[in-house]
Amino acid sequence: MTQVPAIYRILPEVILTLTGVAIMLIDASLPAHWRRRNLGWIAAVGTTLALWASIWQLSLPEGTAFFATVETSVFTVFFHVLICAIVLVALLLSLDSLPEANPHQGEFYALVLFGAVGMCLLTSAIELLLVFIALEISSISTYILAGFRKQTGRGPEAAIKYFLLGSFATAFFLYGIALIFGATGTTQIYEIAHLAPTAQNHSLVVAALALMLVGILFKVSAAPLHIWTPDVYEGAPLPVVALLSTAPKAAAFALLLRVVYEIFPSLHALWAPLLWIVAVLSMTVGNFAALRQQNVKRMLAYSSIAHAGYLLAAFAAIGSVGIAAASFYTAAYAAMNVGIFAVVAVVSGYGDELPLISDFRGLIYRSPLLGSLLIFFLVSLTGIPFTGGFFGKFYAFSAAVDGGAIALAIIGLLNSGLAAGYYLRFALVAAKRPEAGDVKAEPPKPRVGIAVGAALAFAVIATLLLGIVPNAVLHAAQSGAHTLQAPPLTQVDPPAVPLQSPQ
Amino acid sequence: MQAINQSILTLILLVPLAGAILVAIAPDRVKLPNWIALATTLFTFLLTLHLPAHFVLGQSGFQFEINHPWIEDPAIYYHVGVDGLSLWLVVLTGLLAPVGVLASWNAIKERRKIFYSLFLVQQTAMLGVFVSLDLMLYYGFWELSLVPMAILIAMYGRKDGPKAALKFFLFTFIPSAPLLVAILWLYARTGSFDFATLRLLIAQGSLPAGALFWAALAFLAAFAVKVPVFPLHGWLADTYKEAPVALAMVVAGKLGLYSMLRFHVGLFPAQAREMAPLLIALAVIGVLYGGCLALVQRDFWRLIAFAAVSQLSLIVLAIYGLTFTGWNGGVYQILSDGVAEGAVFLLLGTLYDHYATSQISAYGGLAAKLPRVTGFFVLTSLTMVGLPMLSGFVGEFTILSSTFTGVSRGWAITATLGVILSAAYMLWLVQRVFYGPESALASSQPAGDLRFRELSVLVPLAVLMLVMGVAPSLWFTTIQTGVHPPQVRDFAHDRPNVLTLPSIEPNASAREGQR
Repeated sequence: MTQVPAIYRILPEVILTLTGVAIMLIDASLPAHWRRRNLGWIAAVGTTLALWASIWQLSLPEGTAFFATVETSVFTVFFHVLICAIVLVALLLSLDSLPEANPHQGEFYALVLFGAVGMCLLTSAIELLLVFIALEISSISTYILAGFRKQTGRGPEAAIKYFLLGSFATAFFLYGIALIFGATGTTQIYEIAHLAPTAQNHSLVVAALALMLVGILFKVSAAPLHIWTPDVYEGAPLPVVALLSTAPKAAAFALLLRVVYEIFPSLHALWAPLLWIVAVLSMTVGNFAALRQQNVKRMLAYSSIAHAGYLLAAFAAIGSVGIAAASFYTAAYAAMNVGIFAVVAVVSGYGDELPLISDFRGLIYRSPLLGSLLIFFLVSLTGIPFTGGFFGKFYAFSAAVDGGAIALAIIGLLNSGLAAGYYLRFALVAAKRPEAGDVKAEPPKPRVGIAVGAALAFAVIATLLLGIVPNAVLHAAQSGAHTLQAPPLTQVDPPAVPLQSPQ
Repeated sequence: MQAINQSILTLILLVPLAGAILVAIAPDRVKLPNWIALATTLFTFLLTLHLPAHFVLGQSGFQFEINHPWIEDPAIYYHVGVDGLSLWLVVLTGLLAPVGVLASWNAIKERRKIFYSLFLVQQTAMLGVFVSLDLMLYYGFWELSLVPMAILIAMYGRKDGPKAALKFFLFTFIPSAPLLVAILWLYARTGSFDFATLRLLIAQGSLPAGALFWAALAFLAAFAVKVPVFPLHGWLADTYKEAPVALAMVVAGKLGLYSMLRFHVGLFPAQAREMAPLLIALAVIGVLYGGCLALVQRDFWRLIAFAAVSQLSLIVLAIYGLTFTGWNGGVYQILSDGVAEGAVFLLLGTLYDHYATSQISAYGGLAAKLPRVTGFFVLTSLTMVGLPMLSGFVGEFTILSSTFTGVSRGWAITATLGVILSAAYMLWLVQRVFYGPESALASSQPAGDLRFRELSVLVPLAVLMLVMGVAPSLWFTTIQTGVHPPQVRDFAHDRPNVLTLPSIEPNASAREGQR
């Protein structure tokens, strides 16, 4: 077997890091009065390169590097491409949304890139300590981004809420790592997978699983660990919300897949019912809460909680069917959610004012393009055929049926009927004719710049392709699912520390 | 010619979609969207005419069939085709599209691009429903047809569009969730979405009967709301009152009725037979209930809505009478109804555009001022009433006579009362709107009779009503091949052998009469 240079295995992360560092340096060396908007284009180029590097990694033989701490496989490439694509769209969106005069643009773009490094690494790390580090890199960047409008009241509030609750959740995860190390004497995922079923102290393993699930379910904002989501989304600037609601969740779902299917498949009887309950709770709580919201950000926050619930339904399936369905759903959800936040961002701008549903009244008359796109993404979120949202739900619920959880599929479908209520209400408001006496009837027409136009086009095309020709992505998700199984220990690089018994 | 036959259905589906994209990118100037939409729909209509022209009568099964793998997992095929059942429905949909465009020509004044592009998407969706032979593809088009409809009702509704749109969407979207579950369940059990495969497997009894009953019920619920069948008609009146004319004329009836015939009775014959007594009862109740409510409406859109409930219920009666003659008559009545509804909506739409009210009491004595409108409206009303020599008579007569001989005399006689009611409410409507003393409203406005644009639509529709009334065999020959394929044709009993209806009334005498 030819040895692949270890650096190739983390090439996307390296590119993202270098671009981020370069942006920080350039930002610091530019005269204070210069425009810093073009730093965003550098970030976009860097992300595109990272995206290509991820795809290029497919040509490498699958394997691990750096003493079996990272791996490249179809699974990791799938999520790398997804995360890089989301980050790219979010960057393009920020390019036209951040105020020209904002002096902190350099930091913004650098933070987005560092966040992307953490998220990418989270999907390819196979060493729990590295997983934890990746989780922290991505979390700390997003904590700062959430509070980026620090001069307003809501920004810091969102950041502090996110930070306190988030660090608490990561602490749970870390404690889980500690316990599993106690039980098996290692933090390397493959080794744990082999040792965990036969560990002497079974209750320690179970406790470790439980603690790790708390940490991850917080990150994917699944009920009952969802409380932070609406508040953080409300306080964060819209381009950040577009990123926050998709990319870290994609990474966290990748981690969840790895934890339950690769590390603890032996405990299926324990985590499957747990995730069943969490799925039902998330979709029901999310949808019922979203029904009553007047604030677009909060409504979409609750909708994203509901979508996390639909996605968790896929975990009812055993093995690769569930993994493929969950991966596909992540992609479909990301495409349409980033799209709808992009539309909302263009319409409501960067400001601190909370976008209300009534502000969108007659949008289609003010701007036919944005109005149509808003309705399109809402249609996809509802799950109408020929959009990505349909196949996402389709595969997730099929996986649930496949795993014997028919009740879960029925609850899920009833929930999507319920969700259609508020999505449609929003779409109808946008389609409503503005009234003559309405003061707000003629706000300035939103401007769609080149960068935002590209971002929107990207999201629309992705949503449509996932709904009309999902074969390619589904194949990728399926082959990714097959690679997500711990190989026999002999094929793995020797770990840095020789294997020891827990004593 | 082979190449055209191979691709004609794809063309029929793609042309409106291409037109929609063209409308969306073309500038909204000098009525350009209208002209593009008109050209697209006329071209699509010409394409649909290719189907009856090259339909091979003696051949059983589906024609112009295309079967391509589309999505590998789950195995969804782009499988389309038509038979005698769907053939004319495709043509009818093709015909009503340019009618709809011309009906909206002046009524839609702003945001024409959005209107016409969504209208054309809706067109593709409806055509797709009629030609799909893969359940998933069918479901896709079925759902797709709801979205443009809801948006258009919301945006172009007369007074309270969004409310009517929400009602319409929720009424039709929620029952489609069980429909999807039922389709997925069939797939999970058989590994196929293909209509013919599933029909065969179900006929062979390879699926558990108990679960099949629930699956059939899920299918039925979705279709019954869309028709609508009696207790599920709550959305129709508001939709008719609010929807633009071009959409109101296609929203009810044919999609649901066709789906019942193809995917409920066709796929689950044994379960349909179990449910038939209930549906026959609901249909007859619907005929009378719709007729009675139509009598007391003060708003002509609502009157037409309840008239539609009544008339569509008659077709439901024909479908669940489970006789070949009834099915023939039912399909024929769908066509006749489609044409008549198109004309009615066009005419009432002209009145509404001109006088801006749908209150019947505001009208009166228009006959002298608007002789053409009056003439066409009387003709259409007579068609809906079922006057002999007009298209409505053929369908109604066939349905009622087949019910009388093949199902039950009691139900047939009760349903016939509905025909009397239809004469009452339609002719009374004519009398109140067009005759009597001239109302203040009518005198306040200068007369605006039909002009070339309206006439170019109404004349062909009127001719069609007459021709369909005197030469029904032109249509019946093809419809027959669809509803009773040659291999199971059994004229002696007028009923497919799997479908012996249990007696739902002491109707032994009816059976004797048949022999």
